Amino acid sequence: MAHPEVSAFVILFAAIFTSNILLVNFLGMCSFLAVSREVRSSLGLGFAVIFVMTVTSGLNYLVYYHILVPYNLVHFRFIVFIIVIAAFVQLVEMVIERYSPFLYTVLGVFLPLITVNCAILGVSLFLIIRNYSFVQSVAYGFGGGVGWMLAIVAMGGIREKLKNAPIPKGLEGPGITLITAGLMALSFMAFSGMIPMQ
Amino acid sequence: MMRDSSATLLSKGLWSDNPVFRQILGICSALAVTNLLVNTSIMGVALIFVTAFSSLTVSLLRNATPSRIRMMVQVLIIASYVIVVDMALKAYMPEISRALGPYVGLIITNCIIMGRCEGYARNNPPWPAFVDGLANGLGYAFVLLAVAFVRELLGFGSLFGVKVMPESFTQWTIMVMAPAAFFVLGTFIWIANTYWPKKEK
Repeated sequence: MAHPEVSAFVILFAAIFTSNILLVNFLGMCSFLAVSREVRSSLGLGFAVIFVMTVTSGLNYLVYYHILVPYNLVHFRFIVFIIVIAAFVQLVEMVIERYSPFLYTVLGVFLPLITVNCAILGVSLFLIIRNYSFVQSVAYGFGGGVGWMLAIVAMGGIREKLKNAPIPKGLEGPGITLITAGLMALSFMAFSGMIPMQ
Repeated sequence: MMRDSSATLLSKGLWSDNPVFRQILGICSALAVTNLLVNTSIMGVALIFVTAFSSLTVSLLRNATPSRIRMMVQVLIIASYVIVVDMALKAYMPEISRALGPYVGLIITNCIIMGRCEGYARNNPPWPAFVDGLANGLGYAFVLLAVAFVRELLGFGSLFGVKVMPESFTQWTIMVMAPAAFFVLGTFIWIANTYWPKKEK
């Protein structure tokens, strides 16, 4: 379990590299497989995930420790977390649609996808299980988002090249993407010696 | 639209439209919990329960749900069943509940369940919806068990925690780690698509 003295920076770094949320915890695979066809859309979704994940991990931390725990409602955390996430995504969508048409064209299509992206909910559940403090939670949310974006953008780049590669018929599409992700996970394991905690 | 019989629904969910092989849904937990057969079976049972009963409930409420807010209603129905599963696991199998960690809660965002509610249960009567949910849950559990079988056998030399490989067998540590989950599932999908290609619609 988490140690209170672990600095937020270490958690941030660990979330990006050594325990990458996508390649080690397998969170957010569905949209990862669906959107990673090219770098452009991967970047868009990546930014949306970083933003939503950072804010919702902070929000869910506050909701959990200041509302659910005092009133003994922790069993309802799944419902409450998913409502917080859905409401936040909806709010962001409305705000950027109104005030920033540019951001809306970049992120707009990805926002609805995010509500059901299990990485967002997963981060909120992990920070409860690991007893993170507020600062640690936000650092974890931000790091998780950056790590997720790193993985999906790298995969987008690889898949753009793979389009012209002679792949066996049955392996095309999800098959080769999963195996490529496996190789990426393998290379990310090289970071794991750098930080002694998981 | 013609309604399929229960048998057709079952065979679709289990094989021809298998949610994991064919539709590539619910991959997150398919990768995360498959290093031990015991954990995988519990996860499979939990998912079958949630898919079947969420489909049933969504179908029962299908005429009372305004279509604009149906996603929210579906999520709430699914989340309620997941809470039931989570509490049951905590009470009766605390160790497995700890091992599965957040992945029980993540059943809520498992796209298979949403997919079945949205794609089938919303427009069909309760009984077929229930069978359809059950079939897809079974299809998911079946693929997961296949992946876990390979990973536990090669990674620990055991099946359901019982040693089956001889003492001299060198455990493939990589099999219980993250990359192997991708490799094994990727290979399975490759085999499935090569020998049983998807029928073109």
